[in-house]
Amino acid sequence: MPAESRAEIVLENAAASYGGRTVLSGLDLTVRAGERVALMGRSGAGKSTLIGLIQAQAPEKVALVPQAAALVRTLSVFHNVYMGQLDRRSTLHNLRNLVRPAKADIAAVQRILDRVGLADTLWAKAGELSGGQQQRVSVARALYNGRPILVGDEPVSALDRQQGARILAELAQNHETLILALHDVALALAQTDRIVVLEAGRIVLDAPAQNLDPARLSPYYEAA
Amino acid sequence: MQLARPRPGYAAVSRWFLAAALAGLLVADLHVTTLHPWADLARLLDGLARPDFPSVEGWSVVYTVAFAVLGVGLGAGSGLLLAIPFARSRTIRLACAGLRAVHELFWALLLMQVFGLSATTGMLAIALPYAGICAKVYAEIIEEADLAAIRVLPVGTGTVSAFLYARLPEVAGRMRDYTLYRLECGLRSSLVLGFIGLPTMGFYLESAFRQGRYAEAGALLLVFYALIGTRRLWIRGWTVPLLLAAAPLALPPAIGNAAISASLARFLGHDIVPTPLRGAALAEPETWARLWSWLRPILTDQILPGTIQTLILAQIALAATALGALVLFPLTAKRFAGPLGRPLGRVLLVVVRSTPEYMLAYVCLQLLGPSMLPAILALALHNAGIVAYLMGRHADAIPYRADAPRGLNLYAYETVPRLYGQFLAYLLYRWELILRESAIFGILGVTTLGFYVDAAISELRLDVAVVLIAATALVTVAVDALSRGLRRSLRIDTLPTRLSGPAPVAG
Repeated sequence: MPAESRAEIVLENAAASYGGRTVLSGLDLTVRAGERVALMGRSGAGKSTLIGLIQAQAPEKVALVPQAAALVRTLSVFHNVYMGQLDRRSTLHNLRNLVRPAKADIAAVQRILDRVGLADTLWAKAGELSGGQQQRVSVARALYNGRPILVGDEPVSALDRQQGARILAELAQNHETLILALHDVALALAQTDRIVVLEAGRIVLDAPAQNLDPARLSPYYEAA
Repeated sequence: MQLARPRPGYAAVSRWFLAAALAGLLVADLHVTTLHPWADLARLLDGLARPDFPSVEGWSVVYTVAFAVLGVGLGAGSGLLLAIPFARSRTIRLACAGLRAVHELFWALLLMQVFGLSATTGMLAIALPYAGICAKVYAEIIEEADLAAIRVLPVGTGTVSAFLYARLPEVAGRMRDYTLYRLECGLRSSLVLGFIGLPTMGFYLESAFRQGRYAEAGALLLVFYALIGTRRLWIRGWTVPLLLAAAPLALPPAIGNAAISASLARFLGHDIVPTPLRGAALAEPETWARLWSWLRPILTDQILPGTIQTLILAQIALAATALGALVLFPLTAKRFAGPLGRPLGRVLLVVVRSTPEYMLAYVCLQLLGPSMLPAILALALHNAGIVAYLMGRHADAIPYRADAPRGLNLYAYETVPRLYGQFLAYLLYRWELILRESAIFGILGVTTLGFYVDAAISELRLDVAVVLIAATALVTVAVDALSRGLRRSLRIDTLPTRLSGPAPVAG
């Protein structure tokens, strides 16, 4: 465990509430560079809210895969993936790419799409793809974004386990640090090295993945 | 994978419309014929800055409101009755299409021949087309309503109870919103009727503009904006009965024309009957040959060139509206205009859309001289204001992802692509409205269909005028059908198109 490496995300006594209802409270979490963290817990436990806090703490270092794929349905897959680097190109170049994409950018986006198994959808409209394909476009946008901390809110929920594992492996290879909300226990144990479980807005378990097994995690998923 | 036949995409349709507008620009007359347009504009702005309120004729304001209240009241009331059989009866649908395809100014020009420059003319000129529009919109509201509640009512629930509990609450709010919005439109229509002689504010605006009394014109305009701007204060559920009761008492006395039944009989039985048919033997082929030789020059010398000019004007104005709306809508959107800019942007767009197109066109014509340019400017300003206002509301409802870009990148990659279908839906819907106005601008001297209608009426050839108005209505209906077909094929026919109605939801 790279316990001695620098802390990328530090949340101390973090809290969040929506319209008077407390979603997160008294939450401490430190994520160091190089860690692969899975956030787990029942729906409504506060995972998405925590993902939002993490992203807001270091937006300039985060590549985000939001829960809804958040694609622009009327634009092509190329344009949706290219959006991952809009802030690093001149606006003029971006406007030009809308009308007439540059060869170098097409090639770069094509390479990313090859990695997520969407090689032949470059010019398809994002809105015409299946749910699983749209989710992979959203992942491709984060891969193309390339920032060191990948924060994903259920980034592979619409994929089967093999496909999901392949996508998570790509993310791990591409980004230094991973923080992923996941619901698939087997996938989380296999693909991450630290499991953080939330319940009712608090962290109830934070342990290395190698010390855990599905049986140990099952109480947090049984009907309340 | 895709079995459906290829459909035109957003980009293709946009390109067609833009190309048609550019082609129109090549043949349109865009000359500025006045000598000092900027000096006149400066004097007009000076009049707005230093308005002469005491010169405003108070009764003209009262008449403007009274005509609007009674016209819209009568129109909306008949519209509600017509809406009930609307979905079942093809005849009603056709009649309503005919009523609304004729602009209120054309109705007024015809009604004047029977009722003179009277309150009846003003009221009916608004009520007739508004009945057609309201019938259609109310019918749509009833059709779109969620009727799930009706299905779960206990068996045996009476019709009246079912209507009051399960149907009326669903539709009443939207009908009320729409009717109040129509009243705002009615105020604009009422003002514009003054330009052809009725004693509303438009009458005094026209003479003030014509005689260069810009301080008076400025004061009238500001009073009108105040009237529209405060409509939410004085048009409310409980004031409507009061307004309806007070309006008839405030109407102006009729001018001339005491024998209405005689003049109505003459109008229907003689004036609008084509000259070759008046008192002719209808069984003789000779009569029909004469009718054809009467009709042919109207078709080739008036309807054809008038229609071409009307379509060209509408096309250019539509493209200008589109570009204007794309430039203006960020002014009213949170992410672009910021907390300070957005209220200012809203005020600007509300002022622009509150200004009746016809009056804008009149002012532009005074400044630039008679060509297509002032008409294009007026149509584009008014409609771009409306579309931009609506787009701004949609832009604020978009759920952007947390790491969305900003500025021009956000505009080009997220906002416009996400809103483009909605944008086309608004534009295609306004195409028909722009066309109706384009035809009307002929009265101001642009050689669209209205130019020939106005000429025929001033020569007292009412039979020709009616043929021309019917042709205008047909062109309007055709463009409406084309617009619907395009919206269906682009699959944007279920998106909202009306200015009134609930704010857009996220999505």
